This record gives sequence, C-alpha cells and structure tokens, in this order.
Amino acid sequence: MDLLSGFETVLSPQNLLYAAIGVTIGTLVGVLPGIGPALTIALLLPVALRLDDPTGTLIMFAGIYAGAMYGGSTTSILLNTPGESASVATSIEGYQMARRGRARSALATAAIGSFVAGTVSTVLLAFVAAPMASLAVTFRASDYFALAVLAMVTVTAMVGASLVRGLMSLTFGLFLGLIGIDSLTGQARFTFGVPELLDGVDIVTIIVGLFAIGETLYLASRLKTLPETVAPLEPAGKGFAWLSREDWSRSWRPWLRGTALGFPFGALPSGGAEIPTFMSYTLEKRRSKRPEEWGNGAIEGVAGPEAANNASFSGVLVPLLTLGIPTSATAAVMLAAFGYFDLSPGPQLFEKSPTLVWGLIASLFIGNVMLLALNLPMIRIWVKVLQIPRPLLYTGILVFATLGVYAVSGSVVDVLIAFAIGVVAVFMRHFEFPIAPVILGVILGPMMEIQFRRTLLLSDNDLTVFVRRPLTLVLLLLAVAALGLPHLPRLVARVRGRGDARRLAFGDED
Amino acid sequence: MLKRSLAVALPAVLLLATGCANQSVGDSPAPSGAGAVAYPTKTLQIMAPAGAGGGWDTTARSMQKVLQDAGLLNGQSAEVRNVTGAAGTIGLAELVTSHQKDPHQLMVTGLVMVGGVVTNKSPVDLSKTTPIATLTAESEVIVVRSDSKYTTLKQLVDDVKANPTAVKWGGGSAGGTDQILVGLLAKTAGADAKTVAKQYVAYSGGGETKAALLSGDVSVAVSGTSEFADLVQSGKLRALAVSSPKGEDAGAGTPAPSIKESGYDLDLLNWRGVVAPPGLSAGDRAAVLKLVDDLHKSAQWKQELTAKKWQDFYKTGDEAAAFYQAESTRIKTVLTEIGLG
Repeated sequence: MDLLSGFETVLSPQNLLYAAIGVTIGTLVGVLPGIGPALTIALLLPVALRLDDPTGTLIMFAGIYAGAMYGGSTTSILLNTPGESASVATSIEGYQMARRGRARSALATAAIGSFVAGTVSTVLLAFVAAPMASLAVTFRASDYFALAVLAMVTVTAMVGASLVRGLMSLTFGLFLGLIGIDSLTGQARFTFGVPELLDGVDIVTIIVGLFAIGETLYLASRLKTLPETVAPLEPAGKGFAWLSREDWSRSWRPWLRGTALGFPFGALPSGGAEIPTFMSYTLEKRRSKRPEEWGNGAIEGVAGPEAANNASFSGVLVPLLTLGIPTSATAAVMLAAFGYFDLSPGPQLFEKSPTLVWGLIASLFIGNVMLLALNLPMIRIWVKVLQIPRPLLYTGILVFATLGVYAVSGSVVDVLIAFAIGVVAVFMRHFEFPIAPVILGVILGPMMEIQFRRTLLLSDNDLTVFVRRPLTLVLLLLAVAALGLPHLPRLVARVRGRGDARRLAFGDED
Repeated sequence: MLKRSLAVALPAVLLLATGCANQSVGDSPAPSGAGAVAYPTKTLQIMAPAGAGGGWDTTARSMQKVLQDAGLLNGQSAEVRNVTGAAGTIGLAELVTSHQKDPHQLMVTGLVMVGGVVTNKSPVDLSKTTPIATLTAESEVIVVRSDSKYTTLKQLVDDVKANPTAVKWGGGSAGGTDQILVGLLAKTAGADAKTVAKQYVAYSGGGETKAALLSGDVSVAVSGTSEFADLVQSGKLRALAVSSPKGEDAGAGTPAPSIKESGYDLDLLNWRGVVAPPGLSAGDRAAVLKLVDDLHKSAQWKQELTAKKWQDFYKTGDEAAAFYQAESTRIKTVLTEIGLG
C-alpha cells in the first residue's frame, strides 16, 4: 500500500539523514526566539535548489517544521520566551512549572505530547487527507468570522486574574493587529507615514518584543532582588521519562484532546496553529479538577497546547498537498519549495508524485520518533540552562531576539518596534497585566475583522447572511452559549427570586 | 550588511552544525573571462524587494545562478538579498536613496511594484531608477468553478455590464496585478469599472483565493496562470481566458483563449525586470546592460525560463525605459479610476 512504499522511500540512508538534519535544525531554530521554521526554510531554499533532490529536501523541510514546533516549547517553558505564536499558550503554565522546579516534567510532557500528537495526526493525514480537504474548503467567510467569534469568547480564560487588565491587554493586541494596509481597500491605518509599517507589524516582532525582550528588561530592572540563577531544580523524581505516574495520568487526555483540536484547525485554509493551542489551554483549564493549580504550573496546560501545536502541522499539510493551499507562513515557503522543483501541489500531486507525497508522510512518522529520541535525553541538558547565571543568560537571549527580528525583515525599524513593544511589556509586567491576551488580539482581531467585512462585501451588506447559513449560525450559537452558560445558574436563580445562587465556576476569576 | 551575512551564514552554520559542511551556499568564484569590460569588479548585489520564495526572489536567484554558472561575473560572485515590504516600494526607496551611482547594486522589479507605487503613495517611483531590462513575463488567468454557468469570457462580461455587482471577484492583494486586470477588463468592455472593482475581494495570496473560489465565496478568480493550472487540469476549475496577447494552455491541455481573442482589446502581463540605482555613468550603464544582455543570451537562462514556465519578455535599455514609463501611466490611470490611486 501507498504508505508502506513511503516508508520504503524514507528508510534509505540518505533520506533518513535528511530527516535527522531537519529535526535537528528545526529544534535549534525553534529554541532561538524570532528565528522560526518559515525563515529557516526560506534561507535554506537556495541550498535546496543545489541539492536537486525534491523528496529529500521536502523531508528535511518537514523535519524542520516539526522540530521547530517542538523546540519552541523549550524556551517557552524554561525562560518564558516563546519564539513563535504557537508556543505562547505553552509558556503560561510551562514557565510556572519551571519556576517551581518541575522543568523536567514540563519538558517531558511537551516532548511526549508532541510525539503522540504528531503520530496520531499523521495517521489522520495519511487516511483522511482527501475528504478532510474537501470539507475544509467548504468554509466560507461568514463561517470563519463565526469561528473567530467562538474562539474569542471561549479563550477568555487566558485573560487572567483581572478582567479589566485582561481586556486592556486584549485591546492593545487588537490595536497592533490593525496597523498596516487594510487588505480590502488598500488604505493605510496607523502607519504614521512610516513605509515599513505598511505591511503591519510581524507577529514574530510582537512576540519577541512582548516575551524575550520584555522579560529580559523586566528581570534586568529587578536583578538585585532575584536569586542568581533562574529557577531551582527539583532532583529528578521517580517515574518513566521524568513523568511520575500522576503526571502520566494527568497528561494523556490533554494530549489527545489537543490533537483533536490541532489537526482540523491546521487543515482549515484560514485556520493556523495558534487558535487550537489557545482553545486547548482553555478547555483543559475548564475541565480541570484542580483549578487552584492553574497559574501555578498545571501540567495539563502544557500537555494540551503542545499537542495541539504539533497536531496542527499534519493538518496544515492536508490543504497544502491536496489543493496547493498553504495555511501558515511555513507552508507558504514549502509551497515555494515545491515550485522550485517544478512540482505544483494540488489534486494531481498524489497521482503524479506518489513517491514524494507518501515519502513525506512517512517521514513525519520517522521524524516524530527522531524528535522524541533527540529531545527526551536533551531535557537533561536543557534544564542546565536554568543554572546559567541570569545576566549571561538573558544577555544571550537579547542578542538572539534582536538578530531574529532583524533576520525576518532586514529592517532596523522592526528592531526598534520590537524594543518599543518590549518596553511596554516591562510596564505590563510591573503592573501585572497579562501578556497572552495581546497575542489573542493580534491573531483573532484581524481575522474577525477581515472575514466580517469580506462576508458583507460578498453579500452586498446583507447582515442576514450570518443566520441564513447553517454552519455560521451553529458556530455563532455555540459562541453565545459559551458566553452565557457560566451565568445561567445565577440568571435562573434570579428569575426564581433567589439572588444568591452562585454561577458555575469557570476558572478562578470572571 | 548584517542581514546579508546572516542570510548567507545561517544556512551554512546550520548545516555545519549538523555535519554537512560541503553544502554551503554557492559563493564560489565563477571562472573569469566574461569579456573586455571589467565588470563587475566586486560582488554583485541583486536585491529581491520581497520575501524568499516569491516571484521576485525566484527571479533574483535564477539570475544569480545563471550569472555564476555561465561565468559572466568576471571572477566575482553574486549575492541575493531580500528587502521585504509594501509591494517592493521599501526596496525601491533603498535602491534610490542609498546606492546612487553604484553599478554593483541591481534590483528586480515588476508590474506589482508599479501598482504598489501608486496604491502606497510611494515618494519614489521607477522613473527615479536607471532602467536596465525587462526579462520575464507570466500571464494571468480568469477562472470559474467547473459547475459555473459561464463557459466564455463574453458571457461573464455581458453579465457584468448588465449588472456590475452581479459577479464577485477574488484575487491577490488590493491594487495588485489581479485587481488591475479586473479594472482594465471592466474599463475596456465599457462596464462601470469603479463599481466592478468594488466587487473584488482581496485575499492574501493564491492559496486563500483558491479556497474562496472552491467554497463559493467568490464566483470568479484571477491569478497567475501557473497558480491555478493544477486545479484546471484536475477539472475542478475552468479557465475562461488568459491575459497574454495570444491564447495559451492554462492547464486543460488545450489553449484557453486570450482576453483579446475573446473580443476585448486588452493584454496584461505580470512582467519582471531589472533596474539599477540612479546616476550611473554612461560607461557603468553600458556595462550593466551588457551583463544582462549576456545573461539573456546564455543557454542557462533559456533553461531557467523553461523550468520556471516564464515567457521570454526581453526589452533592454531605452526600450525598457519607455516600457516602464508606458506601464506606469496605464496602471496609474486605471488604479485612479477604480479609486485606489
């Protein structure tokens, strides 16, 4: 069968080497803030041209993507400096675990969760790619809008302890997302005559500014009051692969739920990897039997988003391979790589280049095994990072963060923007504003706006389109339900004349 | 400078780190003997004013490869660097302000930049550069789903003329080649160009456009012919017309008619070319012209054209300058008419 022939292709020494190179490079660039898989693959494109081996090159690129998705969790957990948007959700609980000496468990649940999610979602890719893709392209602009609304109201758990502060952070993110040329009318917004702002502020610039630079400057401002190294480290406990029996039992369900969220979102032509990680975080928090642990290092908050993040990659390959539709920046660069080799992904690809497609899919299985083999032992080394004296460590982070931002755009303006955002982030940390809602605003805001306006443009400004289309209506009703349900018991009680009944506890705040 | 060295060094370093040192990016000096004129005398910088992987980047890297493989560089090497943003106008501004009189700085340009100058109200335009040549062109295609009622461009245009809001168009960014084509088509056919252009929904790239056409959000899509070829070939989409002067195969195996052949006097090619900074001396300009001419004549360039499915679209020197000027005027007029100028 096809997948078996794919394994035959990959298990050649040369392709195994490409896969190994890919996951290793991917892990490294994932660890560095700012330098993500899209940039790395873009930089490697000219090298790929010279190799003149399409299958090997694409296997290597897939390895880079998968490796970077995993590597990104490492710095998020250890240092609270996620390098890309898909790792932001992981950093919230992951960093708290590291601060409490549980860095090994956090890294282990991320590594094993990535493996589980990667493997399960690759099985899905191999068997349901075609029907999944046909389903994904039935999504219209109104459905995307409804989906974004649903995502927005369900991820409010990320808003944090103070609703007002959380909403202010969210608003800041919405503002950052508005900067640049309005894609429908071509008008510039909030660019203040700076041409570099016309394309908007790159999400990488924002994340590096908020996290890597913000965290560094904040710590520098309080250096004297902090212990010399980053975090204590509990002695490695008993249990298989750094996870105790309890950790295992708390992790496996979030891994599977994260996979179930990540794969379909990745497959949506306007989905992406971030929304499922945020939704997974919220889902786990709401289901948790230990609400008091959230904010102090709940392992479910690492296991779920990390799995969602990795599962979304196999999802991204669904529309890329079957229809030639890239759904993420990395997928777009991979599409360019296909172009370099005169391959056009689309309905014909599976027939015209079965060796390449099935080899690529098989390589994902191999890559996942390699990643696990590479990363579980590496935990021992990564946690040593926490023993590096703070000044040295954060100087290094600042250097790499600056380099990363510059490498993406080649523009000093972007570096200045990143530092400006970093300074804002210092004050946000000082006054205890949550950081993650900024990212929510940057990602969900433009998606909601553009899809809403596209819908109206397409329907000649007829608002009933949002209730006429069943899928849109269902998603919007779900959003209303998600908003209303927590308050339902209180409302019912009030209607019955008893004002003191408590609403369902959905988190520790709102 | 930092960007450049990083772009070259990072892949090399990464590969070194993984024990694959011999695969570093091609910077090896080409054999000398390029001709009598001593040019280039140092590393030739080719700027792609957009990100890696796009049309300009691919053009720049093809040029780099051919210049080196054909030994045209007088023993020097060529480097490609990406300056991203705002439809190439950021790269254009850098070329014009920071590299005056420098014959070792070339930039890839194209129709998209001409439109970008207008829509972004860029203070510098192509007339500030030293035009060298146009090199390649790609046609645009107008496609519908295969279950669409339209089988010819005329049926579509007749509907649009009768009711300008009847058809929703999808394509790339606002003010880009795809929307320009929609505007020009409406204008040429005598439809209400401004209203028709308002029915155009901009998507970020060909992928999103494909999804929007397949889901039924838009009923007609416009993009580069190669972008949709696979979906046309598989029978999911139907090509109504291509924008080149003559009909060409858009994936179906038989040539699709051109817009001109469909009865509308219009052709539009997504052309790409090369410009140099302003203020080149006559000697420097002649040397750059000769280099690009040698590039165009080389067998390796012909191979690149075939491999990348680019049309050979060569105009050089004054002819190129006149062409840039004519396109700028035509594009500016139509963009202003549809309210984007």
